[in-house]
Amino acid sequence: MSSSTSRRSYGVKGAPYGFLLPATVLFALFFALPIGYAVWLSFRKVRVSGLGLGSGARKEVWAGFGNYTEALQDSELLHGALRVLGYGCIVVPVMLGLALLFALMLDSEKVRLAPFTRLAIFLPYAVPGVVAALLWGFLYLPDVSPFSFALDKLGLPQPDLLDGGPLYLALANIAVWGGTGFNMIVIYTSLRSIPAEVYEAAKLDGATPLQIALRIKIPMVAPSLVLTFFFSIIATLQVFNEPTTLKPLTNSVDTAWSPLMKVYQDAFGRNDIYAAAAEATLIALVTLLLSFGFLRAANRRNKRDVSQGGVR
Amino acid sequence: MPHTKRRRLVTTAVAVSLGATALAACGSEDDSKADSGPVSLTYWTWTPGMDKVVDLWNKGPGKKDGITVTVKKQASGDTLVTKILTAHKAKKAPDLVQAEYQALPTLVSNDALADISGEVGDIEGKFAEGVWQQTMLGTDAVYAVPQDIGPMMFYYREDLFEKYGLKVPTTWEQFAETARRLKEKAPDKDLTTFSANDSGLFAGLAQQAGAKWWTTSGDRWKVGIDDAATRKVAGFWGGLVKEGVIDDQPMYTPSWNKALNTGKQIAWVSAVWAPGTLTTAAPDTKGKWAMAPLPQWSLDQDVTGSWGGSSTAVTTDSAHQEAAAEFAAWLNTDHDALNALAKEGGIYPASTSAQLSGAFSHPPAFFANQPDFYSKAADIAKTTAPSAWGPNVNVAYTSFKDAFGAAAKNKSDFTAALRTMQDDTVADLKKQGFEVSR
Repeated sequence: MSSSTSRRSYGVKGAPYGFLLPATVLFALFFALPIGYAVWLSFRKVRVSGLGLGSGARKEVWAGFGNYTEALQDSELLHGALRVLGYGCIVVPVMLGLALLFALMLDSEKVRLAPFTRLAIFLPYAVPGVVAALLWGFLYLPDVSPFSFALDKLGLPQPDLLDGGPLYLALANIAVWGGTGFNMIVIYTSLRSIPAEVYEAAKLDGATPLQIALRIKIPMVAPSLVLTFFFSIIATLQVFNEPTTLKPLTNSVDTAWSPLMKVYQDAFGRNDIYAAAAEATLIALVTLLLSFGFLRAANRRNKRDVSQGGVR
Repeated sequence: MPHTKRRRLVTTAVAVSLGATALAACGSEDDSKADSGPVSLTYWTWTPGMDKVVDLWNKGPGKKDGITVTVKKQASGDTLVTKILTAHKAKKAPDLVQAEYQALPTLVSNDALADISGEVGDIEGKFAEGVWQQTMLGTDAVYAVPQDIGPMMFYYREDLFEKYGLKVPTTWEQFAETARRLKEKAPDKDLTTFSANDSGLFAGLAQQAGAKWWTTSGDRWKVGIDDAATRKVAGFWGGLVKEGVIDDQPMYTPSWNKALNTGKQIAWVSAVWAPGTLTTAAPDTKGKWAMAPLPQWSLDQDVTGSWGGSSTAVTTDSAHQEAAAEFAAWLNTDHDALNALAKEGGIYPASTSAQLSGAFSHPPAFFANQPDFYSKAADIAKTTAPSAWGPNVNVAYTSFKDAFGAAAKNKSDFTAALRTMQDDTVADLKKQGFEVSR
């Protein structure tokens, strides 16, 4: 009797751990372990002796924080980060602005062909990033672009979209084209979940559709705006596909245009996985700081708004 | 109940781990030291149709010696170098790999390639000296068997040259003059473009001018990217770009294809494999092109550089290096193998005897108007200048793309870009711990 009870209670006690085990193992194997290995690599480097030919010419040694100090002093990485900052300043507001606008328009009462429009705006998100970048790249190249052709026929000047300032617009355009649909769906879904009574009350109070949109809808979907902003920041910091695909088409995108391209170049172009690991760790830290910093700030404001609302 | 459950869990776990061992065993079946029994080799290559060529071996000499080769198709060039190095870190590189000549020092410096001088030393005479020397890296070892080469040539639109009254340039000075004359007669056309995307082309042009980018003295590397010869080449092309008489947009883009196809660009400094590229890039211009030797720096010279070309190497991870070397030698010297390589893979063989036989007895279809295409090509191939590659060509090439890309865009000084390229390359060598002499 007693033995069977004790066994049963032991089994029950152990159950949560048993349920946790698969997730823990998977997390450890496919998340913690690779990250840990990357961090370990970032503290190593290779020393070559002599001409470096033949066996035993290369040795992996401890590098301390050497890779990190070099990465922090690397002007290429800094310039890449600045470029991405400029790119993000275009992409994030434009993309989220458009997404919000489209979501509000789809949610308005007078809209026709809503399912079709929704799908049409969402569809570019389903196009793989590399394909989208190639497609736009061909449209940007003056010699093969139908836009340049049309401008030429109209006698208008044709801007070179793959150079200087316009390059940022060209790159941002690809991201906006691809990302607006997804963000619109997120915002739209949360618009649909606002109870109809709220609108009814507003209408009875004499609010116009514009006032409803500005005073009711937008504040009520603020959490999804925060979420989409959060996603967008991460996506911007990780920009890689678009500039990498456009690189062979122009002299203006260099191999370390964005920080991630620099990581890729160091790991697979220069075969220096150690420096690449250090850079990747730094990028991950910055991403973590920026995105969670933003989330905390947003949460704090939300709480304040709620408490102020309560007082009022 | 709990007992049976637990037992089942244990059984599953054992089964899973057994499965994993079985999988691991699959990966390392080549490790068995079985030079006595039949040998099976893996070969990483990007040459199209290589499987058909290897079939010849597997049914012929390979069957007799009990050596079976399996082809694993790979991405070309630098991508494969990275993949080989990664596989080598896990001690699982394939037995045989295809490698471009400029990648050999990088691979050797990572101890990925085996010295096969003992096995293939006797076929040295089948190759031009300058080509064979690239596989030795200035040592007594032989790290690969040359497969194909890319001697550089000058391609031009015969019809348009006639239309604009241009003469085929024999010196670079005349080349510049030709570019200027074309600009005068047809301002919307360009003779050619300077492509900051194609480091190999620039390396070949520098090689023709006599540059030796990497040399060794004792235990030290010397980097000569910013030497007088290369400065001359960089200054020349930079001048043309600045003057605006040639284009500055990269090659191998849809724009470039269109420029070639519509006759907006009427010449191309390229290599022996150009007919294949032109066939796909400019299909409408078939039969309108002609090939001539590369312009020279002085009239009494007759020398060319090379752009592209690759070799077959045996890895240090191979358990059957002797058998692999035997196959590499057959692949690149046997008459039937080379013929099949030319037909299936469209390569231009490094083996001198193959350059005029079989597939190369008549011109490529795109150049049907030039019956002596390949005999001319073989003559040009003989004039290839020796090359000098080092252990961080990839770094120099990336630096070239960035520095010259910016210089071409801003039409600024190309020799300053060359200095950047030199500095980046030396800095990287030093960072890795190589001894570099000034």
